Amino acid sequence: MTKKDVIIDIRHLSKSFDGVKVLNDINLYVRKGEFVTFLGPSGCGKTTMLRLIAGFLAPDEGTIELEGKDISGIPPYKRPLNTVFQRYALFPHLDVYDNIAFGLNLQKVPQDEIEKRVKKVLKLVSMSDYEDRDVESLSGGQQQRVAIARALVNQPRVLLLDEPLAALDLKMRKDMQIELKEMHRKLGITFIYVTHDQEEALTLSDTIVVMNEGKIQQIGTPIDIYNEPVNAFVADFIGESNILKGRMMRDRRVAFIKHEFDCVDEGFGEDVPVDVVVRPEDIYFTTDPAKCQFKATVNSCTFKGVHYEMWVDTDTGYELMIQDYDPYPVGSEVMLYIDPDDIQVMKKERTANNYAAKVTGEGKVEFLDTEFACDTTGFETGDEVTATIRFEKVDLLDHEEDADLTGNVVVILYMGDHYHLTVKTEAGENIWVDTNDIWDKGDFVGIKILPEDIKLSKRAAGNE
Amino acid sequence: MNKRSSWALPYFIFLLLFVALPLVLIIIYAFQDGSGHFTFSNITKFFTDGDALGTFALSIEVAIENTLLCFAIGYPAAYILADNKLNRSAVTVVLFILPMWINALMRTLATAELFNMAGIPLGKGTLLFGMCYDYLPFMIYPIYNVLKKMDKSYAEAAQDLGATPSQVFLKVTLPLSMPGVWSGVLMVFMPTVSTFAISEFLTNNKIKLFGTIIQENINNSMWNYGAALSLFMLLIIGVTTLLQGDDHAEQASGGII
Repeated sequence: MTKKDVIIDIRHLSKSFDGVKVLNDINLYVRKGEFVTFLGPSGCGKTTMLRLIAGFLAPDEGTIELEGKDISGIPPYKRPLNTVFQRYALFPHLDVYDNIAFGLNLQKVPQDEIEKRVKKVLKLVSMSDYEDRDVESLSGGQQQRVAIARALVNQPRVLLLDEPLAALDLKMRKDMQIELKEMHRKLGITFIYVTHDQEEALTLSDTIVVMNEGKIQQIGTPIDIYNEPVNAFVADFIGESNILKGRMMRDRRVAFIKHEFDCVDEGFGEDVPVDVVVRPEDIYFTTDPAKCQFKATVNSCTFKGVHYEMWVDTDTGYELMIQDYDPYPVGSEVMLYIDPDDIQVMKKERTANNYAAKVTGEGKVEFLDTEFACDTTGFETGDEVTATIRFEKVDLLDHEEDADLTGNVVVILYMGDHYHLTVKTEAGENIWVDTNDIWDKGDFVGIKILPEDIKLSKRAAGNE
Repeated sequence: MNKRSSWALPYFIFLLLFVALPLVLIIIYAFQDGSGHFTFSNITKFFTDGDALGTFALSIEVAIENTLLCFAIGYPAAYILADNKLNRSAVTVVLFILPMWINALMRTLATAELFNMAGIPLGKGTLLFGMCYDYLPFMIYPIYNVLKKMDKSYAEAAQDLGATPSQVFLKVTLPLSMPGVWSGVLMVFMPTVSTFAISEFLTNNKIKLFGTIIQENINNSMWNYGAALSLFMLLIIGVTTLLQGDDHAEQASGGII
């Protein structure tokens, strides 16, 4: 990549709303003519990022460069970018023609050229005979086309699209996806697209930027992101996956579901805890005992159109999802294997909950804005310490009476034999919990930690 | 008549007695002479009565001036109130509506007293001041409502397409707020045409408006001529309502606190 190819260069971009960090030190570049998608769940900061690029928001920190010039101080009407808004934002007092001609009229383009360009762009979005129509009389899909035409007619350097297909029904969405891709190919304009729909992102993009909680999780081609997710969040968010706890034995050898497998990953070290992702279509059935790596019993089998989705119980007590073109009867014993290529090993982001804590008295410690009882032997009152609680030692309750504090379940990952939950406390801190109980996303829970499960250690300077 | 619609019966009777019947009476009276015979003389009298015609023209003039004045003050006020950055509190909106909680006659009398105290002679200037003061909230509120409900993405889309802030206002915000403006214009113009108390108190009867003439005629037991004048004013108000169009009124609806 040469410097000339980069059209947008974002450096150290941060933005907060009311003290809450929505974007945290974002670094990213976009190449000329690329189709880039910001993908993430709602509240991950993807729309904020788009609005910062469009100029509707000003960054707290960092710069946005367009073709080498910092544009963070330039108002939106001077930026050579155009946006397609989520709810179209077509002007209801103007007809289709005047909506599209709006930008050109402001630029004082001669009327005959405006007419030529509007006609051309209407043809591009297959809306040729709709010039005189009132925009409110159009269907959602037609309004969407007009909104795209209104942005494209100005020949922007970059086209920004904010979940443009979210309001359309499934069939229409699929058709528009193909048309958008086609338009992008024909025009060669850089597209920056925001969506929470992973399938849409995989279909459309040259590059996907996966975001969560104001941070970029992974940047890569759709194939990279799907096949080699860097962490459990990306693996779970993109496609179906079996996410499992594992242990890297040595280079190219990993253990999970209490079996050892060959893999292609290196450099993790020896005997290191890791997360392992295996896509359901990458677990194969075999009848050859020499190929078999582990045995399992089929416990459910559902037809999904192209393939069958089966849940199997392994001989070691783990549950795995498998997708295959051929069904296997429920209750049957099957032999399974996984190719080394298809095992994606990921560094564990954390192995236990760690919090900055303060000893507040004999047998008392404060963290997460809450006072807990625990063994403080060897520490003085006022000591700054780190409190460590293992994931499985956090109890979740469905009432708050006996709880130490409360929170909401925000992320649920099934790990084959237990659930790994992320619980956000009222103060906005995360507690990670391993549990066998079934909770739903959004559940309000009481959190209880027993005194003997809190381990204190001296805090290293500058370490949280 | 089903059960549910029978609930409307009391209102229907009220409407009949206090709206429909008086209207019919006005029409009947307008076409009768003092002894009850059918005549067009009340109507022709108006068109030949220079005084009445002059007052009528003056009333329209004052009403137009007052409407323009209310618009000139009310639109910026509504704009500021509806802008989250300029106005962070709902209390300010209430402050603008607050004078309406006090009876209009009392406010007008108090205003007249203030002018007297300050030694300002009563006349057309004080009349316009009083009218504007009385009717301004009727202009502000519908405009405020429309601006407040307006999707912010319209202004953003305009900016995105290259419109400077003043172009955004002239090409998008103002045209889209027109339903509110029409509603406000109507709510100020109509009562100003027919007002008589404000002109009586704030000009010491130096300036007579159309409403004053009607009141004088009826007070002097000239019911038939008074009814004819009333009929004429009703027509004017009716025409203004029609000019505004129904679709606008619907969008701008939203009551006064």
